[in-house]
Amino acid sequence: HLATSLPLPSERDHLRPRIDLIVFMIDIKSKYSLKNVEASLAYVDASFFLGKVCFLVTGVGRVNACSIDTNAVCKLGEAYCSPVLFCELELEGIRVATAQRLLRMLQICAGHTPGVSALSFVSLMRNFDGD
Amino acid sequence: ENVDPQKTAFLLRKAWTLYSVTPLYRFHRARLRDYARLLSAFIAAEKQKGLAVEVGVELDIKVAVSSLADLRGSEQDQAAVLVQLSSRSRASSTNSEDKLVWSGWFCSVYGDDLSENVPEDFTCLPLFLTHGAETYTSMVGSWFQKTFDCCFRRLAISPLNLSWMVAMWAGCKLDRAASAVELVFSVPHLSQPLDISYAIHPEDAKALWDTVQKTPGEITQEEVDVFIDSLYAHFHRHFKIHLSAAKLVKVSTPVASAHCDGIVKILHSQYLSGVLMLLTELAISQIQ
Repeated sequence: HLATSLPLPSERDHLRPRIDLIVFMIDIKSKYSLKNVEASLAYVDASFFLGKVCFLVTGVGRVNACSIDTNAVCKLGEAYCSPVLFCELELEGIRVATAQRLLRMLQICAGHTPGVSALSFVSLMRNFDGD
Repeated sequence: ENVDPQKTAFLLRKAWTLYSVTPLYRFHRARLRDYARLLSAFIAAEKQKGLAVEVGVELDIKVAVSSLADLRGSEQDQAAVLVQLSSRSRASSTNSEDKLVWSGWFCSVYGDDLSENVPEDFTCLPLFLTHGAETYTSMVGSWFQKTFDCCFRRLAISPLNLSWMVAMWAGCKLDRAASAVELVFSVPHLSQPLDISYAIHPEDAKALWDTVQKTPGEITQEEVDVFIDSLYAHFHRHFKIHLSAAKLVKVSTPVASAHCDGIVKILHSQYLSGVLMLLTELAISQIQ
């Protein structure tokens, strides 16, 4: 399911299947996309932030078109305990690899992988400096 | 700012194309005259090969290479090196004046990040600025690459860096009446290309920056974001257009202007050092 922002229209709530993973896409060329994601985050139930949210930054191949401070995105990921993936959709190899990664994450979040749950992502996110 | 304004007058109000340059191997400042001679011979040879620059006119190119002692940031920086190509038409009389056809200069302003980590035989002058025909730039670049084993790359400026520039330069205090602060955007994904130009009175821009900046002399990414976001919000209120979704391609301020293709114009000698320091930093990050 694709949406340009949250919240999703409530009229279709009863028809919507269970959501297992939310991927927030941020285009490195558009500050607007980052602002949009930040605004949409407010509409996500807290339970999703236990491994069922990830940030996908696209367009990273074009360093010279960068309109966003990538540190800010990494801080966003830390603040919401969710992984930040970087990719370049214009390159087919990376596009395919990223799709496969997201699919793998979705399988885990949907409970299709025995022994591994979405909570595993949260423990992987933890910073071990100073432990 | 102890740079003699006479010596730096040539920099101002010209559109300079920017390049990053890797350190020069075995560059000796005592041999500048030799280098000028060698470069001159190289250019003459290239023209013999048929690399015509101007059709129909016989031109002798004279090369001058000089050192600009004051054009640097700290004592660790190498002094700037200026290369000038002048022509004298063979057809006209001997007392005709030389005409400057191309200039390029290498510099480093507070480029310690690079020069600290480089072995003895290397000279760090990471920023190269050119003004004049591309064919001359290419010839001069080729000669330097062959002679000093260095590498030139066009320095592009991202929208993120352009927003830093406009925030920094709009906040500069200027004595005289100044030109507008302007941001130019290009809008992607349309059937007809669309450019948006957003001009702000320089005093309003400076007033806005003054409310944002907390510590004079220091600038943070957060402050730049607040400044830019305020400008975008103001525009959106009036025109219902999200400039944050467009691509910032050019910024102009009374101090300097910069284009994303790596072209800058410095308008005021007062802040020359600051502008060059920022450009040196960009050049270094492109090299590393």
